[in-house]
Amino acid sequence: MDEKMSRNPYTRVVPKTHWFLRHPRYMRYMCREVTCIFIGIYTVMLLVGLQRLSEGRAAYEAFLQGLREPASIVFHVLALGFAVYHTVTWFNVTPKALPVQIGEEFVPGAAIAGAHYAIWAVLSLLILVLAGAF
Amino acid sequence: MSERVFEFEVLRYNPEKDSEPHFQRYSVSCPEEWVVLDALNRIKETIDPTLSYRWSCHMAVCGSCGMMINGEPKLSCKSFLRNYEGVIRVEPLTHFPIERDLVTVIDDFVGKLKRVKPYLIPKQDKPVSEGEFLQSPAELKKYKQYTLCINCMLCYAACPEYGLIPKFIGPAAIALAHRYNEDSRDGGRDERQEEIATNEGVWECSFVGACSEVCPEHVDPASALQQVKIKSTLDWAQEHLMPWTKK
Amino acid sequence: MAKSNKPIVWGLFAAGGTVTAFVTPVLIVLTLLAALGHAPAMLSYDKLHSFGAHWFGKVSLFVVVSLSLWGCAHRLRITCYDFGLRADLLVAVVVYAAAFAGTVATAVYLAAL
Repeated sequence: MDEKMSRNPYTRVVPKTHWFLRHPRYMRYMCREVTCIFIGIYTVMLLVGLQRLSEGRAAYEAFLQGLREPASIVFHVLALGFAVYHTVTWFNVTPKALPVQIGEEFVPGAAIAGAHYAIWAVLSLLILVLAGAF
Repeated sequence: MSERVFEFEVLRYNPEKDSEPHFQRYSVSCPEEWVVLDALNRIKETIDPTLSYRWSCHMAVCGSCGMMINGEPKLSCKSFLRNYEGVIRVEPLTHFPIERDLVTVIDDFVGKLKRVKPYLIPKQDKPVSEGEFLQSPAELKKYKQYTLCINCMLCYAACPEYGLIPKFIGPAAIALAHRYNEDSRDGGRDERQEEIATNEGVWECSFVGACSEVCPEHVDPASALQQVKIKSTLDWAQEHLMPWTKK
Repeated sequence: MAKSNKPIVWGLFAAGGTVTAFVTPVLIVLTLLAALGHAPAMLSYDKLHSFGAHWFGKVSLFVVVSLSLWGCAHRLRITCYDFGLRADLLVAVVVYAAAFAGTVATAVYLAAL
């Protein structure tokens, strides 16, 4: 009895550019990842604002005027949505990366995330008040 | 106990005859309480004895029966027929080469398990005459969750980075390394870091979190990997910015 | 197999991601208000200039802008890879160079205030 086993494993190809379309959880992940594009563009906008500020009153006021373009308003709304999605996804996973063990038990993840949300709310309110938004 | 006919589309592959896999349809009458594994067994026993698949305990502790059921990595012994509608699609676990039908080639995974040195490496040799290692309940609880892994590989099927970069060491293996690193009896962290603090180790992970979502034992490998990243970053900072503090 | 040097950029990403999680939404609200014609008092030239001229303003603006850039750069690198753009080394050099340039620019503009 000398039957040789003939192995011929088949490797299935993973689609490199659209693998994430295969499942909702991958789509959610990609949504989270592309938040960096919107936050990045917004931060560059802040950088440009700082540049105009350093150039003087006329330059800065032209920048503020430019913010009022319809394209800018649309971008702001989109960016806000993505920025908040980044915040929520970030806070929700923080307890996984930084578990806190007190005695035998671990602090519940909801408490750690909750503390982040609370600080975020207070900090945001503080900044809005100090900036004179109201 | 009512029976009805269930429809299955099962991916078949005969390495000696087929050039590529193809689906085969089976209609089989099963009690509604059954799981997919029971249905596969009935198919094999009464319809098609050539259907090949792995299974053992039938109670979600051995990790043998992992497969894709309607595109989701699941243990077939824990997938209840009543939760599915219409035709149920059964395929071998994604991201692994297919050996035959639903059996995958798992050599890569087994090799990675070995690489992370999944055994206690005590800080000092302790002869039996000196007695046991003592561990408090708090010390046990620190790593207990990561001991629950049954090596079912569902996390590797779910992880898109493993699918795109096969040399990624992967969720289960790194979570296992973390289990030993966090064990108070262990002193082998530096040795394991040589394997997992590499580009194909933890740094291939982009925290998709799919691994933890599909884990049937709630090991939460994603959390282990993030903790390894943080510790590795602190290590790196110490090694490169304060080298005099390294023993 | 050598241990990775990714911790440098990952550490910056973790810091940047945390900063953007906490402050980016409220900053967007501030400039959105300006975009809608109700610019908050702090965004007027005089007030913002004196904030930026003060050491606290300089430090906080620098930290927020530069860390946000590093956080976005690293995530963008990974996103490019996930979208199938496989030239990782090239992408890494481009995004980190951009973040570095942005960091330097921020320091220069703030110093001028």
